[in-house]
Amino acid sequence: MEFLQIIWFVLIIVLLTGYSVLDGFDLGVGILTPVLAKTDDEKRILFNAIGPVWDGNEVWLLTGGGALFAAFPPVYATVFSGFYLALMLVLFSLIFRAVSFEYWAHDVKFRKFWCRAAVVGSFIPSLLYGVALGNVILGIPLKNNFDFAGNFFTLLRPFPLLTGILGLVMILMHGSVFAILKTEGDIKNRAINIAKKLLMIFPVVFILTVILGAIQIQGATSKIVAWIFVVLILGFWFYTKKAVESQEEGKAFTFSSLVNVSIMGLIAAVQFPVLVRATNPELNMTIFNSSSSKLTLTVMLIIAGIGMPIVIGYTIYVYRIFKGKVKLQEGEGY
Amino acid sequence: MDTVLLARIQFALTIGFHFLFPPTTLGLSFIIVIIEGMYLKTGKELYKKISSLLIKLLGLVFVIGTATGIVMEFSFGNNWAEYSKMVGDIFGAPLAAEGVFAFFLESVFLGVLVFARNRVSKKAYWWSSFFVFFGSHLSGLWIIIANSWMQTPAGYKIVNGKAVLTDFWAAALNPSTIDRYVHVILSAWITGSIVAAAIASYYLLKGIFKEYAKKLLTISVIIFAVVSMLQLVSGHSSANVVYKNQPAKLAAFEGLWETKRNAPLSLFGIPVEKDKKTYFEIGIPGLLSYLVSWDTNTEVKGLNEFGEDIPPVFITYATYHTMIALGTLFILIGLIGLWLLFKKVLWEKKWYHILLIITTPLVYVAVQTGWMAAEIGRQPWIVYGVMKTSKAISNVVPAGQIIFSLIMFILIYILLFVVFLKLFFKIVKKGPDSAEVQGY
Repeated sequence: MEFLQIIWFVLIIVLLTGYSVLDGFDLGVGILTPVLAKTDDEKRILFNAIGPVWDGNEVWLLTGGGALFAAFPPVYATVFSGFYLALMLVLFSLIFRAVSFEYWAHDVKFRKFWCRAAVVGSFIPSLLYGVALGNVILGIPLKNNFDFAGNFFTLLRPFPLLTGILGLVMILMHGSVFAILKTEGDIKNRAINIAKKLLMIFPVVFILTVILGAIQIQGATSKIVAWIFVVLILGFWFYTKKAVESQEEGKAFTFSSLVNVSIMGLIAAVQFPVLVRATNPELNMTIFNSSSSKLTLTVMLIIAGIGMPIVIGYTIYVYRIFKGKVKLQEGEGY
Repeated sequence: MDTVLLARIQFALTIGFHFLFPPTTLGLSFIIVIIEGMYLKTGKELYKKISSLLIKLLGLVFVIGTATGIVMEFSFGNNWAEYSKMVGDIFGAPLAAEGVFAFFLESVFLGVLVFARNRVSKKAYWWSSFFVFFGSHLSGLWIIIANSWMQTPAGYKIVNGKAVLTDFWAAALNPSTIDRYVHVILSAWITGSIVAAAIASYYLLKGIFKEYAKKLLTISVIIFAVVSMLQLVSGHSSANVVYKNQPAKLAAFEGLWETKRNAPLSLFGIPVEKDKKTYFEIGIPGLLSYLVSWDTNTEVKGLNEFGEDIPPVFITYATYHTMIALGTLFILIGLIGLWLLFKKVLWEKKWYHILLIITTPLVYVAVQTGWMAAEIGRQPWIVYGVMKTSKAISNVVPAGQIIFSLIMFILIYILLFVVFLKLFFKIVKKGPDSAEVQGY
């Protein structure tokens, strides 16, 4: 049983990591649209770069949410009801963002509006994911039945706000590196400039977050694995920076992805076996007191074991189809 | 205002809006895989162009389905936290499985359909269309599994006030899963075929894109007619499952208050809960008993047997009968279509083309009222016989916050829908020739 609970902790981290690495870059590109693209054709290139894949990328979130619901129902219930307003903002944003690319392409009269919808719709979730994670890491007030005991403003404490900014910077960095990989000419130059700036900001925000986290989170400093991830993150950040400077596009994207992965690893290392830290440590929601039954975890493991390798297989196949720089076809467009 | 009522209104509105899109996706993907198959076999440009148009429309429909679908997946935790805690051990798994087995598949290969016709071989493109078809239909299966478990729960036991899984297959293939799945899939095919038929009819009425329109009309009218008839069989079978497992719901469908042998099949009536009576009733004596058992002598339970635990009768009755009346009408319209096709005048009869266009919104009404009958008919239970809806909400979410989110959803969805219709018609008007250019 314990083994299953640990496996599911790992699998949920894997799903969220998949989401962070994949949807991370298209969220980043979404926010950076007005900075990277000045003309409609340039915007079209950016949207075509993420167009074929963003929908599939978002499924990682959907599946992560479903897996959390299935494997740790009380955690899903506590977080999703407790963070109600924040999650509503995320949902409204994701709705606008989802339709914005398609509507932008066809609804020529209101292009400005749909472009803004893409930007804001990408920005708000990118910020709030980090805020939400920062809260479950720092600890939230819980009642005895594990219901959330705070309010919307409880969520806006310094540490979660800082993790919110860190998440945003990471997503922007990842998006700009993806833009370098997929574009040419002016857009690429702008992407390189903005990537360089973001790569300067990232370590500052990251180190501040680590310091504040080390002070505020119960027992975090004694976790050696967490410190290994801190070192890894800085290492991968350094190599991303070097690769961007030497214009090794593929390498830069790989290292930027590894920054994402290690940040999720750091979160996992700080949290394990806690899923939601409570202000009163006795009420911590852990993988041991909040999991589904052994049978459910087993069935789910079989489902994931059969399904996820197939998913990863065809996802790689489809990414290869869209490999290379985005070019507008002759006579294309609206 | 009462938070239970607010949460229910929000769920009803968001799921109702969401469910305009998945049946369209399923139906269109079914027609696309057929037409892409014809293209693969014959190599005729005509099929390629028709399919390209439908794919463009599918892309538009699909994104709204995704956007509004995430809302649904979050909603159980957002608004129904007590429900999530009580049944999470069973209900979460199909939602996660939907992601793993189905939603990834349809989303990833939709990217290929919409963006990569020129980048992959013809065969690979057909397979992509098949995976979108297969993925979306599999996705429906997992959602129906989850919903059917709420209707006819099985494979569980209650431990410390929580439902715990004891038998996965019994829970997944609970007594109503298969019948309800078939019913929903057929309704999606009816939806997809009427949308395609209406587009073709529009072209014929306008006298544009005629060659495409003729092919598309023939294919879609055949599907519409055949599936509408199959739906009658499926509907009968579904109603029998309700009779066996949810007698109070069946009684509400029929406005039947007293337990009876030789029970009538109600054709019209106005059930009034206060009086525990159905007024102006017109029914066919004995037919309900006969339909549920092939024996007029069979006893059918009336609403009075269930005390307080009955659904709101009027709306259950009204939505159920609206669905049946429309379903019957569709069979008639389908048969007329087959007759015209047989007489080789399907492409000329303008009145029939107009009829098909008018029928399109009615199909959506039938789909929506069907779901309303199924879900409202389950009340006051959220899980039939296991948990009451009133006990299922999130205790920590105050009414004010639900009112805020509800207003936002209404405003956003109105905006989405208006723009959606505008763009849908724009793509249709541009026609199959310009649909070939892929990408934004």
